[in-house]
Amino acid sequence: MTQWLNSLVLTMLIGRVVGDIVATQKAPSHEGRKILMVQPLNLDGTDRGDVLLALDAVDAGVGDRVLVVTEGWSAMTAVGRPHSPIDMAVVGVVDVVTVTG
Amino acid sequence: MFLARIVGNVVATMKDPHLVGKKILVIQPINKAGKDEGAKMLALDSVGAGAGETVYCCRGREASFPWYPEEVPTETTIVAIVDEVNCEL
Repeated sequence: MTQWLNSLVLTMLIGRVVGDIVATQKAPSHEGRKILMVQPLNLDGTDRGDVLLALDAVDAGVGDRVLVVTEGWSAMTAVGRPHSPIDMAVVGVVDVVTVTG
Repeated sequence: MFLARIVGNVVATMKDPHLVGKKILVIQPINKAGKDEGAKMLALDSVGAGAGETVYCCRGREASFPWYPEEVPTETTIVAIVDEVNCEL
């Protein structure tokens, strides 16, 4: 598996929405939800690895800084589609990140 | 999920009964620019994808959910065929 993806899964991430995907032929559970391309970020705002795809649960858009879950149960719950092939979802739009220490 | 391009397929006669009738494809993960990223891997097909197509894949336990409640032993599954990528580079 690609190393950058392995290092990201099962962690909650901050990312930047950089685009979206159009797909006609797809899992029925993905219909009616935006498929967002998210560039994972380090806490200092620099890019971390390459883009991943997440279903949108909060109506985020290109340019937004977002919160991403990278584990199935939380992603399916956020999108509201249980027993679906969804392993990542955008679950929030980040306003401010503060790191002390 | 992640983007990939289909670059081949696998034929296996002796296999888990749940894999019978399902395509096993070789995929090459790609980055947002469409360039190859990392090593090729295998994925089970759930949408009828074919050679050369750009797709996106789901990993982990969730990869078997296109066939739910059937328990299919897969770790990576192709869940959509990508028509268009709208992305700032």
